[in-house]
Amino acid sequence: MTNKHTISILVENKTGVLQRIAGLFTRRDFNIDNISVGKTSVENMSRITITTYGDDKTLEQIIKQLNKLIEVIKVREMKPDQTIRRQLALVKIHAPTEEDKSEIIQYTNIFRGKIADVTPKTITVEITGNPDKINALIDLLRPYGIKEMTKTGTTAITRGQKTL
Amino acid sequence: MNGSEALLKKLKENGTDVVFGYPGGVLLPLYDSIYDCDIKHILVRHEQAAAHAADGYARASGKTGVCIATSGPGATNLVTGIATAQMDSSPVIALTGQVGTPIIGTDAFQEVDTIGITMPITKTNFQPRDSSDVPKIIDAAYHIASTGRQGVVVVDLPKDVLENEVTDEDMDAKLEIQGYKPNTNGNPRQITKAIQTILNCKKPIILAGGGVILADASKELVEFATKANIPVATSLMGKGSIPEDHELSLGLLGMHGLESTNNAVTDCDCLIAIGCRFSDRTTGKVSEFASDAVKIQIDIDPAEIGKNVDIDIPIVGNAKIILEKFIGEIDGVNHGDWTKQIVSKRWAYKPKYNFGCVPFKPQECIKEIMEAITPETIVTTDVGQNQMWMAHYFKTKNPRTFISSGGLGTMGYALPAAIGAQVAKPDEHVLAVAGDGGFQMVSQELATIKEYDLPIVTCILNNRYLGMVYQWQVLYYNNRISQTELAPTPDFVQLAKSYGIDAVSVEEIGKLKENIMEAFDQGEARVIEVKIDSSELLPMVPPGEKITKIVGEYKQEE
Repeated sequence: MTNKHTISILVENKTGVLQRIAGLFTRRDFNIDNISVGKTSVENMSRITITTYGDDKTLEQIIKQLNKLIEVIKVREMKPDQTIRRQLALVKIHAPTEEDKSEIIQYTNIFRGKIADVTPKTITVEITGNPDKINALIDLLRPYGIKEMTKTGTTAITRGQKTL
Repeated sequence: MNGSEALLKKLKENGTDVVFGYPGGVLLPLYDSIYDCDIKHILVRHEQAAAHAADGYARASGKTGVCIATSGPGATNLVTGIATAQMDSSPVIALTGQVGTPIIGTDAFQEVDTIGITMPITKTNFQPRDSSDVPKIIDAAYHIASTGRQGVVVVDLPKDVLENEVTDEDMDAKLEIQGYKPNTNGNPRQITKAIQTILNCKKPIILAGGGVILADASKELVEFATKANIPVATSLMGKGSIPEDHELSLGLLGMHGLESTNNAVTDCDCLIAIGCRFSDRTTGKVSEFASDAVKIQIDIDPAEIGKNVDIDIPIVGNAKIILEKFIGEIDGVNHGDWTKQIVSKRWAYKPKYNFGCVPFKPQECIKEIMEAITPETIVTTDVGQNQMWMAHYFKTKNPRTFISSGGLGTMGYALPAAIGAQVAKPDEHVLAVAGDGGFQMVSQELATIKEYDLPIVTCILNNRYLGMVYQWQVLYYNNRISQTELAPTPDFVQLAKSYGIDAVSVEEIGKLKENIMEAFDQGEARVIEVKIDSSELLPMVPPGEKITKIVGEYKQEE
């Protein structure tokens, strides 16, 4: 059965590592739904978070193949119920009237987003949260007319005391 | 000491005394250092051959092979050889030149992104940006290429990195590789479970792959099979892991396997796969492959376990170590009549040759080859029908004596791989078996054979066709023979003679054997062309079919 999986990868922070990982997904016909990369608290170590779709067998292969890369230090699947997942979205919405603006600001506040920019005709909203929450806000804003939108990849960390 | 000298010193320290290469502009500093170093350099005539030769050297000797090519076109010419070695887990280090660091990324003369190009076809690759990094990267390259699942490491060397100073301190530096820790010992619980399964099953078969040979575990394989009384089938890469005249040997499994072997594996209730990656050429239709069997898989690479075939008992580890543990626990198992029955089927099966046919039947050629050589003779093959005839009919007796491009199926492999094997084993006879198609891809290497006075005997099975593709066109494309006829082929005798190599075209029964023996006796290279019957097709399992569905038949002796 095809499921969504979040995989967290600790890698040596060297040139070409991202290319190696992305290339592995391409070559082996695995899917990358989204990807985010950033430094960790340890020098020379980065963390890559990938969300992907696939059955359990595919997930097992993805993890095993990632482990084969020399620059990969650790790979883990992040269990959904024990994982904090966050995304950032910036959404520019068509808002020519004061009424539109007021409604959009209200929705944004409910979702604990921020107003990043306002012009006479548009309003730009910044929101972080788990991907479902972001999608819910975007669905509410869509009827006003989304002029432009950008989302980061999901980044994730385990709940509780456990670390990767 | 500069980067080049440090590099060569490190090669030497890691046990390399021969490299296969081809110089070029950015490699001038390196070749200047090679001029007065005691590492032997074999100058090939095309970089692809350098990679195949390093690969052949590695497969024949078990040591790490090293090849060198310049930047740009030199590096891209290596690519086929790198991919070939990597697919068959052959330990090779490929050293490529690169433009100087100040001009990397400017599309400089002969610049190519070697790291980017070789990333998907190597175990890993490095590009030192500073001369001080060269020594530790070379040490790491040897470590990575030769441990765990062996493979290819590319080291891309910018020109200035080869020129700049390296200190004694740099020579002792070590590269930290946190994520690389191959597991060799196997999980004790899984090993116990596997032993219990083997003791309790009724119809076991061992499937030995190239991993057995790579782990130098042939002796252990034979001892285990004998103690546990289990017949052994091999993949193409596993050929030689058990002597094929051993009473428990079942020979080749798969698309061009023996019918009795394919049937036995289909019927078994316990399949013990050792160092075998279950290629589609070995398994046929996966869902019907040994479908009633409990499957035990031993592999050094965890990612191979369950990749193509679902496994019941996985054991990650080195084949030699695991087999030693098996041997310690298993003695004299009784599987009833199974082993006797399976083995007798194989040994009742004897290929029939059409004696006395002109043009020759390929089976006859292989019979003569077997009669002409000793068990120690190293045989390399090309790719296509010649390879599959050899795989099917030729009985390999020792590990590391059957060298063939399995995973990638690279035409042109036989001749340069033979060069590497001969350099690795100067005292053994080396025979390259090629088709007319593959030979024409690398025939320039006859010059290398001549220059270094390598006594390689090359046998060209000339059928004037790209035989394997032709065969598929006949069988599966309604006889529409599209672009597989290689007429006219050159006069191979004249061609070889123009390189100063003795050559002959044989048309009489017994002459092939006679020529091979004579050339080996004289210790001189020879090219022997045999015009074979182009209408002779190999029986085979259609791609994607169950391995018992063989089309055509291997003729049996009356």
